[in-house]
Amino acid sequence: MTDAPPVARLESVGLSFGSTRALDAITLDLPSGAMVGLIGPDGVGKSSLLSLIAGAREMQEGRIMVLDGDIADPRHRRSVYPRIAYMPQGLGKNLYATLSVFENIDFFGRLFGHGREERERRIADLLQSTDLSAFADRPAGKLSGGMKQKLGLCCALIHDPDLLILDEPTTGVDPLARRQFWELIDRIRAERAGMSVVVATAYMDEAARFDWLVAMDAGHVLATGAPAELLRQTSAPTLDAAFIALLPEDERRGYKEVVIPPRKPNDAGEPAIEAEHLSMRFGTFTAVDDVSFGIQRGEIFGFLGSNGCGKTTTMKMLTGLLAASEGTARLFGREVDPNDLEVRRRVGYMSQAFSLYSELTVRQNFELHARLFSVPSDAIPGRVAEMAERFGLTDNMDELPDALPLGMRQRLSLAVALIHSPDMLILDEPTSGVDPVARDSFWQNLSDLSRQDGVTIFVSTHFMNEAERCDRISLMHAGKVLISDTPAAITASKQAATLEDAFIAYLEEAIGEPEAPAQPDTPQAASAAEPHQQTVRDRSFDLRRMFAYTRRESLELQRDPIRATLAILGSVILMFVIGYGINMDVEDLTFAVLDHDDTTISRNYVQQISGSRYFIEHPPITDYADLDRRMRNGELSLAIEIPPGFGRHIARGTDVEIGAWIDGAMPSRAETVRGYVQGMHTAWLTQEMRRLYGDAATVGEFQLAIRYRYNPDIQSLVAMVPAVIPILLLIIPAILSVLSVVREKELGSIINFYVTPVTRLEFLVGKQIPYVVLAMVNFFMLTAFAVFIFRVPFTGSFLTFMAAAFLYAIITTGIGLVISTFIKSQIAAIFGTALLTMIPAVQYSGLIDPVSSLQGAGAFIGTIFPTTYFVTISRGTFSKALEFSDLASAFVPLLIAIPVLMGLGILMLRKQER
Amino acid sequence: MRLANIFNLGVKELRGLLRDPMLLALIVYAFSVSIYTSSRAVPETLNNATIAIVDEDRSPVSGRIATAFYPPYFTVPNLISWPEMDSRMDAGLDTFALNIPPNFQRDLLAGRSPTIQVNIDATRMSQAFTGGGYVQQIVSSEVDEYVNRYRQVQTLPVDLALRARFNPQLDTGWFSAITNIISSITMLSIVLTGAALIREREHGTIEHLLVMPVTPTEIMLSKIWSMGLVVLVASTFALVFVAQGLLAVPIQGSILLFLAATALQLFATTSMGIFLATVAGSMPQFGLLLMLVLLPLQVLSGGMTPSESMPEIIQTIMLAAPNTHFVILAQAILFRGAGLGIVWPQFAALILIGILLFSFSLRRFRRFLR
Repeated sequence: MTDAPPVARLESVGLSFGSTRALDAITLDLPSGAMVGLIGPDGVGKSSLLSLIAGAREMQEGRIMVLDGDIADPRHRRSVYPRIAYMPQGLGKNLYATLSVFENIDFFGRLFGHGREERERRIADLLQSTDLSAFADRPAGKLSGGMKQKLGLCCALIHDPDLLILDEPTTGVDPLARRQFWELIDRIRAERAGMSVVVATAYMDEAARFDWLVAMDAGHVLATGAPAELLRQTSAPTLDAAFIALLPEDERRGYKEVVIPPRKPNDAGEPAIEAEHLSMRFGTFTAVDDVSFGIQRGEIFGFLGSNGCGKTTTMKMLTGLLAASEGTARLFGREVDPNDLEVRRRVGYMSQAFSLYSELTVRQNFELHARLFSVPSDAIPGRVAEMAERFGLTDNMDELPDALPLGMRQRLSLAVALIHSPDMLILDEPTSGVDPVARDSFWQNLSDLSRQDGVTIFVSTHFMNEAERCDRISLMHAGKVLISDTPAAITASKQAATLEDAFIAYLEEAIGEPEAPAQPDTPQAASAAEPHQQTVRDRSFDLRRMFAYTRRESLELQRDPIRATLAILGSVILMFVIGYGINMDVEDLTFAVLDHDDTTISRNYVQQISGSRYFIEHPPITDYADLDRRMRNGELSLAIEIPPGFGRHIARGTDVEIGAWIDGAMPSRAETVRGYVQGMHTAWLTQEMRRLYGDAATVGEFQLAIRYRYNPDIQSLVAMVPAVIPILLLIIPAILSVLSVVREKELGSIINFYVTPVTRLEFLVGKQIPYVVLAMVNFFMLTAFAVFIFRVPFTGSFLTFMAAAFLYAIITTGIGLVISTFIKSQIAAIFGTALLTMIPAVQYSGLIDPVSSLQGAGAFIGTIFPTTYFVTISRGTFSKALEFSDLASAFVPLLIAIPVLMGLGILMLRKQER
Repeated sequence: MRLANIFNLGVKELRGLLRDPMLLALIVYAFSVSIYTSSRAVPETLNNATIAIVDEDRSPVSGRIATAFYPPYFTVPNLISWPEMDSRMDAGLDTFALNIPPNFQRDLLAGRSPTIQVNIDATRMSQAFTGGGYVQQIVSSEVDEYVNRYRQVQTLPVDLALRARFNPQLDTGWFSAITNIISSITMLSIVLTGAALIREREHGTIEHLLVMPVTPTEIMLSKIWSMGLVVLVASTFALVFVAQGLLAVPIQGSILLFLAATALQLFATTSMGIFLATVAGSMPQFGLLLMLVLLPLQVLSGGMTPSESMPEIIQTIMLAAPNTHFVILAQAILFRGAGLGIVWPQFAALILIGILLFSFSLRRFRRFLR
């Protein structure tokens, strides 16, 4: 350890989430150049503390000095981003699943402004030293947990940080990968002597190797010091024990060492679980390869293996969740059949991730499961109370599972799996991420179940001390069972000191490679460790960082064909739909006549209507009842009644009235019908007048010449399509750009934006570019579709139209980015964007009703909404043969909107988590 | 299949919904505020239509015509000169421009049948069409009234008594209220069931269900009844309190019959929601897919514009969509007071489509669970 000033100095740091106090008055100096470990149960504030130190989260109380500056000061943060690396909790949380290993690291290199050659050299070094070279082209999402963590480490190390912050980097990683991970860290530290490392971990055996530890509980620091010192303070043999000794009295109460009594071997009879030559293939990949084993009743059987070795798949086949490709599995002597509901009643299953309903309270979860397992309803309250009592959940019955700490949630899962008193439990990594105290109490429960109730337990785990508690264990690797025996026998078979060593020996034998292959040669290592100063850029705007986001976004879009296809084809499909659907040409209207007169003149009148192209005549109406019925069922849009003596009245010149009924159910159609009928009536009158009176009738006669301009054939398509293009160019690009940001928030990779030197402007513009390009592709497709398929004539300046479309694409994606700054979940993003863009675009932008005819709020929205102006330009260039000079005034609002939206986006986007 | 399981799982869905205030707010909004505002905000077919007049006659008749246009249907006409007309129309300032030629009045009285030119900006569809009719009517009646004093012969004494049935004032608000209820029914039923299923998968709870003694049919039916019930209750509320109460839309037929039809529609659309959720891999994909399905359903079903004016092929395709039948049915029952005797073919179609969609979705759902 050095005498250098501490790498981080915390002064009365506090943090609250709502009413929950995550950190309380923490004052602490973290030594520099050392490996500092944060230990403690889940939910005590380790992660919050690390994210504060990394500058990823906003400070609430107190002060943290990191690398000689206040981390709350944005200027200091900007200058230290290149010196800090932060790897958040969760396997591959800050990685991009669809990008390859190389592309992931490359992205981080670009964020730190490295040039191409430098990036390639560094990536080659990192890949070699982490043994990932062979997987450079594999998508990050397809890596095993251990490899993901190594990749995460590569991404963190690309810029040679002085401070490396790792949040539970090995949780959920198998022992071999864990060992390799720490060897890698040791090697890197050896090469970069001054680097400080801060790690949070749940594994005490790892913590024992660190230089200095901080033991935390409930937002407080319990103790600090080197591992040996902590052991001495508490006079405990192991760190696990030391930690428990450090806990306050009331939390320690009730804790006792787990002792599992030996199993009475007299439980003869058929095995509870039998697997014979089970195989599972997904395409060409064999996940489980010819696995056989048998488990006796009441036995605790452990399953160990590296990540992705087929443990979960095997368990799923046993529960009937997956149908085996080959082989048979038998539970209680009955072959597993997904349709056999009887067997399911005897099995309790707990999957790897917490899978109870987070929207139901603890009690409701219990009751739902009890009912589904047909526990008699009068027995349910008693059974629920019993389970709650047994697993210490009585005080939490009306809480939601999300409010419980992880350890308690795991207990709840187990309790729920036991609600129907099953004969067998299948537990898939039930204690992953659970702290030592909670793990021990969990195992005490398992022990009781097995020894007292005779429940068969089949459990998978990564923890060696848990594996040692099993009656028998199986080691699995790459779909095959390597060995099945008692823990002691396995350790003995390899002459190993511990089960872990034996396990690793078996794995290495199976992999057939020596430990830590291809040590990096010294020259390479030296080059990687060269001072980083040459690359630290501190520009307020850097094109390379911006294009890093552009490139990544485009790659992701390429790798998600469904999203890309929907984005491109979607708008064309929608245009087709709207083009035909919003149709104002009303034709083929149905009508029928109730003719009481039935003379030449009345038939002549009817002819006037039936001869027009708008109406189709249906069989005559017989009486009023018929008229009523046929109008009610919607058969007739128009009914005409000609009164008795119609011809006679005309001849005599006495008043006579023709009755016409229009179906008013659809007002717009009724309006049109009314117009048609009135027009035809007038035309008929004029014609009759001429016939009766000759030229004398022409006095006062005049013509009304109607010219439908810009669309002489008055086709709906010609009017609609130019206005629909702006709407489609708004909705889909906006939704895509909203999702691009909100998705990062939901999946966690937004953290990369928080802890790297990328500025808000670079982030927003970088993300926007691919979607602007996509919008332009959409634009060309829509225009081509309009001109060639819909045959809408394009009469004006295409260049003007294109230039406007380009500005408009920047605006619509910009609107999306602004919305994304205040929305958190993806489903809300879709709804919110649809609501905020679709309604103004369709109702207030002149699509159907001109903006000038709107009133109140609608008129105001219509005036400021950019779509209004693009609609004007679109209609002008399509139908009115206009040039740029005619439309210049419509460009002004578009040009104003761009900086306004960008400014809003930058103002509202947060560079730190709250 | 056990009814108790279907019931218990459905109750679970309802409890889950209660815990999602955002989604509840969306439902309430869609069935109250949204219906109310869009029914009130949509202007009457003709509102403030911009009109300009080029009066080259400057006679009493042309003066009469100019003063006959006034708000709210039209704006007060701009009196412009001939050269201004084109540029104003190009810029979109006027939807209508009337050109009254020189000596119009003289020619009119001399029986020389002069011509008034009406220019209409046909890119503004709705206004252009309905407004065109109004312009024609207004000009004709003004001219007639003026000329009657000088006429030598009587006009034919034939009157046309035009009456709109079911909605005498042709109040667009009534129509859009009902259309919006129908849209909300479709949208929410698909979104609620689809999102419920995707959420179960994203949270891993679906796997948990499958190791319990419940069958896929039970899971699917539980989602259908619970989400369907929510939408049914919401639409009853919207129909009775918002449409009939606040907006005073007169409902002609039996609300009970309409609700029965709604239940059938919900059976079909919730099945569709399940189907979409099995196709979409993630929430964003579900969102995009939703847009591609919802819009055609709403636009092409005849709820917004009459289906008979759509191309034949689209009318035929849309017969397979539940919405088409539901729209016909809703209009017949609610506006025209039709009874079961009249709308039974639509009921039959809805039942058939519902059964087909359900069995198809169930097949996909089973495969999706593998």
